[in-house]
Amino acid sequence: MHRIRLDSDTDFDGWRKAARELVLADVAPADITWSVTGDEPELFDAAGLSPDAGAFAETAAPFTHFTQSPSPAQTFNVPARFVELAQLAILHRDPQRFAYLYQLLWRLRANPELMQVATDPDVARLSAMAKAVRRDEHKMHAFVRFREIGREPKSRYVAWFEPEHHIVELAAPFFARRFADMEWSILTPDVCAHWDGHRVAITPGVTKAMAPSEDRLEQTWLTYYASIFNPARLKTKAMQAEMPKKYWRNLPEAALIKPLIEHAERKAHAMVAAEATAPRKPQRQEQPMTRAKPKADTLAHLREEAKDCRACDLWKDATQTVFGEGPQHATVMLVGEQPGDKEDLAGKPFVGPAGQMLDRALAEAGVDRSKTYVTNAVKHFKFVPRGKIRLHQKPNTPEIKACRQWYERELAAVQPLLVVAMGATAAQSVLGKVTPINANRGHLIDRDDGPQVLVTVHPSYLLRLPDAEAKEREYARFVDDLKIVAAHLRKADVA
Amino acid sequence: MDVQRKLAILADAAKYDASCASSGTEKRDSRDGKGLGSTAPGMGICHSYAPDGRCISLLKVLLTNACAYDCLYCVNRASSNVPRARFTVDEVVQLTLDFYRRNYIEGLFLSSGIIRSADYTMEQIVEVARRLREEHHFRGYIHLKTIPEADDALIAKAGRYADRLSINIEVPEETSLAQLAPEKNVRAIRRTMGRLRLKLDEATEAKKAPTRTKPPRFAPAGQSTQMIVGADAATDQTILDTSANLYGSYNLKRVYYSAFSPIPDSSRALPLQAPPLVREHRLYQADWLMRFYGFEAGEIIDPAAGMLSLEIDPKLAWALRHRERFPLDVNRASREELLRIPGFGRKAVDRIIDTRRNSAIRSSDLAKLHIPRNKALPFIVLPDHRPPAYQLDGARLAERFRPKAQQLGFGF
Ligand code: SF4
Repeated sequence: MHRIRLDSDTDFDGWRKAARELVLADVAPADITWSVTGDEPELFDAAGLSPDAGAFAETAAPFTHFTQSPSPAQTFNVPARFVELAQLAILHRDPQRFAYLYQLLWRLRANPELMQVATDPDVARLSAMAKAVRRDEHKMHAFVRFREIGREPKSRYVAWFEPEHHIVELAAPFFARRFADMEWSILTPDVCAHWDGHRVAITPGVTKAMAPSEDRLEQTWLTYYASIFNPARLKTKAMQAEMPKKYWRNLPEAALIKPLIEHAERKAHAMVAAEATAPRKPQRQEQPMTRAKPKADTLAHLREEAKDCRACDLWKDATQTVFGEGPQHATVMLVGEQPGDKEDLAGKPFVGPAGQMLDRALAEAGVDRSKTYVTNAVKHFKFVPRGKIRLHQKPNTPEIKACRQWYERELAAVQPLLVVAMGATAAQSVLGKVTPINANRGHLIDRDDGPQVLVTVHPSYLLRLPDAEAKEREYARFVDDLKIVAAHLRKADVA
Repeated sequence: MDVQRKLAILADAAKYDASCASSGTEKRDSRDGKGLGSTAPGMGICHSYAPDGRCISLLKVLLTNACAYDCLYCVNRASSNVPRARFTVDEVVQLTLDFYRRNYIEGLFLSSGIIRSADYTMEQIVEVARRLREEHHFRGYIHLKTIPEADDALIAKAGRYADRLSINIEVPEETSLAQLAPEKNVRAIRRTMGRLRLKLDEATEAKKAPTRTKPPRFAPAGQSTQMIVGADAATDQTILDTSANLYGSYNLKRVYYSAFSPIPDSSRALPLQAPPLVREHRLYQADWLMRFYGFEAGEIIDPAAGMLSLEIDPKLAWALRHRERFPLDVNRASREELLRIPGFGRKAVDRIIDTRRNSAIRSSDLAKLHIPRNKALPFIVLPDHRPPAYQLDGARLAERFRPKAQQLGFGF
């Protein structure tokens, strides 16, 4: 029988060293007992691990000390997952933890894949222990309550905490990162951690009497705790699942739980029973959804009015009406299909990827965008949500028709000489009927009832083209179309 | 009025807002010794729990509960007879620091009634955050409520100091909002969400771009919102559709559902009875199915009902309606399929996929994977288990999951 005595409850290095040599010496788990300096060794026999472990304990050898470091040949590999698990599980208060870990290590030599098997009893048991340690650490981060000694800026903060497992050293760095500029101590029955602004020092455990018993802010905290609780939603089980009773005795606010619960039902009943009060002042009237049409349509008026448009269902899911933009009396009006994702968020037409494509092409063709009026045939973004993105949908004919009123009124307000319809939807709205692009692009269409029209593709069509060559060719055609606009403008300027 | 009395009023006034968590921000600490506080990107810390079962992680208060608006569901509406109070900027700053140093909280969640104007109110809120960050080098968590239609520059400033910004959508449908909160405007709320999203995207883009200058900081924990459930007649389907739209449109981190709660001094126009809390719970479950389990908003709810079942959870209800897809072989099914099995959580699915490469999953393993046997067994095949065909087809299967005939202990 090998008796291994570790330096402390958290002596992972000592355990690792011993375990490595024991595995290399082929010592079976049942032939080892583990203990910690200062503890009673009888408590830690390997009872339960192996039926005959007890028999060996009688004839146990004296405590083994491993001081010589093993030569490189005497090492072996374990999965990183095991080391992570072991470092946590060793902090568990279960006295058998060293033995359980050794047993798993022993089995890992024959089956290196074992860590992958969540259902293996040894893996499951140690994982549960590691999880309990993590949870206790998390609860320590949460439930430590510092009490101030002295007054700022010279004050010290001291807390009393009773951890379930050996987690003080594990949890201390969190407090050092968080409260770097204050001097603090966390006292526990096992060990204490102290921060002086530079390093964490660990000292032996103390009794609760050593910790301060009050703080000048505690009453304020209790006031907050009582006020933030909604008596109409009593859910004490949910509370206890997250804040188990074992932590309550060191939480000042826990003293309020019982009285709060007792009063909750009465309070909630009283709220419901109380007469509803009449409003102190008359309720304001709901704003009408669509305001009366102003007589003269200026762009500013139109823009305001369009904000509340509900002529089709597209307004419902969209962020806002994206109205046209540009000088009141622009010579050229550019009409796209509908706003996209970016346009919908920003409330401006052609600011997304298609807008950038348009800007580039306009510049290349020699058209100054700031002198044009840019708008869309349909003023709301049509899409279907797919997780975190919105898939663009083509507007249908009823939607195009419903929205046409805005185009017509914009047209009347701006009175451009030329309208450029980009894409099929725009062409349908501008020309009032379905109009194929390819057959009609590349020349000015004269109209008796309004300005000349030029049809071309929508810039987002260029974005969607898969191969680079087609993209370049189509882009050049698009620029050519826009050059017609430039020429037209020059002529208009001369005239 | 002393600070403690104000705190009682202004915390009480803030308790109806559920959109309060402290997770998902960047990593910060005060190791350089100049400041106070830290945050971790993973989970926020709940420092306490109230008897309503809710986590207390932040100092959640209003700057003032005076409000010019008259939203019927709100305890702070102009026509309510509650006592009013107003914190000074310094009082909130000091309270935050004092609470933080004692490890009571993770940070601050500051909201406010709307006083004078949207800009004035927003300015005050931002000033608290500015002082905490710039004058006290506070590195804890800050969540600010955004006032709709506040000036763009103020919003940009808020995002510079805050970890999270939020703006409450209040109710899923515009028509209800017009009745319940005549001064509020869904369009304005959505426009603000859209602006936040653009700024969030910008900050993410800037982070990716290889530049030496630090990208502009903007609310690293993103934006969230709250929807009140049960104050109007909206169905769960409407609520989920709205959520799906909000997640997709504004990339929200979370939509919080808050069962309309009876408030002291409530208005005549509102139901006095609260909706059952379990409805709120089911909505959260459905929300999880959308965000983490690959469900679409349109397939979670029985189209004939329009409402989530109060008796059984939404995934189980879905499985009962789609029995043709079951039983699934746990040792063969794809990840997407596993995620649809009742009782199978995300972690369990991860572990199953790891484990089954080396060792087949058997029925005795379910407990180790923390999978409830009763719920899962009718839907799965294991080497030592196959549900009898009559069971999966039978009408009794749904019965088996209904709670025994008893009054549900929710509501009152
Ligand atoms: S798409 Fe056009 S018609 Fe339809 S609601 Fe929007 S602005 Fe009105």
